[in-house]
Amino acid sequence: MVTMADAAAPFRIKGETAEWEVVVGLEVHAQITATASKLFSGASTTFGAEPNTQVSLVDAAMPGMLPVPNRECIRQAVRTGMALDAKINRWSRFDRKNYFYADLPQGYQISQLYHPLVGEGEIEILLDDKDESSAKNIGIERIHVEQDAGKLMHDQHPTMSYVDLNRCGVALMEIVSRPDMRSPAEAGAYLRKLRAILRYVGSCDGNMEEGSMRADVNVSVRKPGGELGTRTETKNVNSVRFVMAVVEHEAKRQVELIEGGGTIAQETRLFDPDKGATRSLRSKEDAHDYRYFPDPDLLPLELDDAFLEECRGSLPELPGAKRKRYEGVGITSYNASVLTAEVEIARWFDALLEAGAEPKQGANWVVAELFGALNRRGESIADTPISPEEAAELLKLVADGTISGTIAKQVFEIMLDTGEAPSKIVEDRGLKQTSDTGAIDAEIDKVLAVNADKVAEYKSGKQQLFGFFVGQTMKAMAGKANPSIVNERLRAKLG
Amino acid sequence: MTELTSKTIAELRDGFRAGQFSAREIAETYNAAVTAAKLLNAYTVQTPEDALSAAEAADKARGSGDLPALAGIPLGIKDLFATRGVDTTAGSNILKGFRPPYESTVTANLRKAGAGMLGKLNMDEFAMGSSNETSAYGPVISPWRRKGSNVGLTPGGSSGGSAAAVAAHIAPGVTGTDTGGSIRQPAAFVGICGIKPTYGRCSRWGIVSFASSLDQAGPMAKTVRDCAILLEAMAGFDPKDSTSLDLPVPPWETNLSSDLGGKRVGIPTEYRIDGVPGEINDLWDRGIQWLRDAGATPVTISLPHTKYALPTYYIIAPAEASSNLARYDGVRYGLREEGVKTLDDMYSATRAAGFGAEVKRRIMIGTYVLSAGFYDAYFTKAQRVRALIKQDFRQAFEQCDVILTPTAPSAAFGIGETTDPLAMYLNDVFAVPASLAGLPAMSVPGGLDGQGLPLGLHLIGNELDEQTVLNAGLAIEERAGFSSRPEKWW
Repeated sequence: MVTMADAAAPFRIKGETAEWEVVVGLEVHAQITATASKLFSGASTTFGAEPNTQVSLVDAAMPGMLPVPNRECIRQAVRTGMALDAKINRWSRFDRKNYFYADLPQGYQISQLYHPLVGEGEIEILLDDKDESSAKNIGIERIHVEQDAGKLMHDQHPTMSYVDLNRCGVALMEIVSRPDMRSPAEAGAYLRKLRAILRYVGSCDGNMEEGSMRADVNVSVRKPGGELGTRTETKNVNSVRFVMAVVEHEAKRQVELIEGGGTIAQETRLFDPDKGATRSLRSKEDAHDYRYFPDPDLLPLELDDAFLEECRGSLPELPGAKRKRYEGVGITSYNASVLTAEVEIARWFDALLEAGAEPKQGANWVVAELFGALNRRGESIADTPISPEEAAELLKLVADGTISGTIAKQVFEIMLDTGEAPSKIVEDRGLKQTSDTGAIDAEIDKVLAVNADKVAEYKSGKQQLFGFFVGQTMKAMAGKANPSIVNERLRAKLG
Repeated sequence: MTELTSKTIAELRDGFRAGQFSAREIAETYNAAVTAAKLLNAYTVQTPEDALSAAEAADKARGSGDLPALAGIPLGIKDLFATRGVDTTAGSNILKGFRPPYESTVTANLRKAGAGMLGKLNMDEFAMGSSNETSAYGPVISPWRRKGSNVGLTPGGSSGGSAAAVAAHIAPGVTGTDTGGSIRQPAAFVGICGIKPTYGRCSRWGIVSFASSLDQAGPMAKTVRDCAILLEAMAGFDPKDSTSLDLPVPPWETNLSSDLGGKRVGIPTEYRIDGVPGEINDLWDRGIQWLRDAGATPVTISLPHTKYALPTYYIIAPAEASSNLARYDGVRYGLREEGVKTLDDMYSATRAAGFGAEVKRRIMIGTYVLSAGFYDAYFTKAQRVRALIKQDFRQAFEQCDVILTPTAPSAAFGIGETTDPLAMYLNDVFAVPASLAGLPAMSVPGGLDGQGLPLGLHLIGNELDEQTVLNAGLAIEERAGFSSRPEKWW
């Protein structure tokens, strides 16, 4: 049996000489997928298009072409900032980050170094879904808006590299955390929560496989509570699992290096998912001098009250608020947490409540029955053929005694297979629960007659046989008998 | 028909409308004049068909009575403006043969107004120069010569081809661009008018960038009125340029008036600088008198940060240029040097072969002033000084309505005579402050110096007040009576 680590205990790397604490900060690049066009051009951003089919004259940096900010991209970044309780800077500015590379046609990336659009904010993570006391706030330092670069393809020709500019100019939000995380689990929880919030807000689809979200992972180690160590930055990590692996691997590597008498170089590293390890890409000495300066093609961004109000007014209910609301109507803390973790699930559940389902019963049913079915069928909530309205109808049939919980499970399976409405299934298949005491009494009498020996045992004190009689009666009535009446009548007859 | 080339744009427009000649006649005459003036090296490309097809459209439309402003007028276009399907090289080898699939907003506006294109005009490479000597096509030769001399003179720069074309009557009007005097100094050198409007009046979309925060297009022509006509057609809000001004274009031509009654003309003491020939200061004094005669009151003003303008300009402009020119990397268009091993080698070889010495010098200066450890000392400081220079003008315009100065500290010089880059930069000492402040400014011919070369007077206006600049220019034009023309030697 594996001993599970106590979630409350701090994460420590046990070295040869001491215990070490890991310090993690994440820079998450989230593509603004809410708009179909790029940050400074009208070109499309659809994933998977043929190379160089989504490139405007601006993206290709043709002579004399000028960037024009896409208002919707700015709006989405502001909404994201608001969702992270961050300071929105009414005055911000774009800077150029200058370097030469074949995937960067302008010879500079338009970004925001000196005056970012969004300032400080925070994200609350739960280290244990079932335990509110495991909450921890992770600081957000800033969010700035910038252009993505294109892509080099090295496998198309034996001696040449090809350039695909489709991604060039795509709008990214760079969400920079404070170095507030102390374990792989915290880094994972932060990234999942951030992803969930982006998806709630709708600014980014959070699709890490398609590259719409990726993280630069900053890791250092120190003696617990001591001075911060030198950090390394592992670039472009594209899954939650890999981010956690990078933290784990880097922390161990750094501890081994330091304890072996070495020092940590401030450097940029790459993660190799196949090896589960990082390797050095370039050291600080080889770092570019990016010669940042304000982009003279663009005026500063100035946001007025009306714009900010519209942004705030358009925000949906966010996971934290939603969880509290669910708990307020009697849903367990665990269920509330599960139901709010993903925006699609929360939307589905809200629709279920909207359709009249009782909250607590509905939450239990979704978490136990619906998720169970989805797991078995390998489906996500988006694929389920059951509408929240149909599910509410099913729950109502149980609540008003039309069918029993047992029959409800059968009806649900039939719904999944046929897509038919629950009331129709109950009607067509004659699954209605019966409360006819005459019929129930008749079946009980038969069961007691056949099991006279068990009745004698029961009467001599073997009380636990009561459940057996209930089961036999229900079985005889194909599950359709009202269980409370069966209980009541059995108790009367058995004395 | 030769006399057609002596006419102003206003005369051509009115004569064409009155049926005195056809647009085709105008175009053919100019096409022939351009062909006959190859010695000047003013044009890099001729586009006679373009001028003719616009003329045909104008002739067809003449009967309808609903003619656009520039119907029948062929123009020369500085090679910095992207022209669809026509070589657009910014005077550089790195763009040799580049034909854009798009048209700059300014030239598109001119075409919409009915203008045709005679060809593309030679210029200093990427507009970096004050003599047109940095062009990959070789220098433009000014039509002007010193009295009794055959020495080839520069027409100034960077809009040297534009200036020479107007002065030599091989274009009735042209486009120029001005980053730190590139319209005004050449206009002064060849005895024509040229105006740089308020920054943001003309869209920069489709103009090859030199220094984005300073670059501004403007017209050059024989007269102040012609400049007003052309500027009205060129200017206007363009959503494709974030720095474009979202304001209506005033009817500058209609509102032209040389009556300056009630206007105050600022005379900045800081513009009396050592080493400027007496003839230039004398002309300046005559200019003050002319404006007084037109009803204006001269007032002495101070622009205390003037002496820092040139060094400030030579930090900001190269800084922006070093970044703007990074796109010329051999990857997507223009020159590419092959036969190298790595990407970095390809960049180096391409840019070494494609850029001339002055462009390289400015890229290096710009890269230096932006680099870590120097940024604050140079770039940040220059930005602060720029703000102070703007403030100088803001305060000055509380005391005056327009400022009069000389355009350049000398008359045109000989090709090859100025080899020291710093001495060359001094050409723009009077022009640069208005560029840093984004203000409208114009050069108008005032007379000839002792060697028989034109000298210009320079008017700087308040933000968006092109009208007062044009009106003061008109007052000078009327009183200077400048009618000298270079003797034809080409």
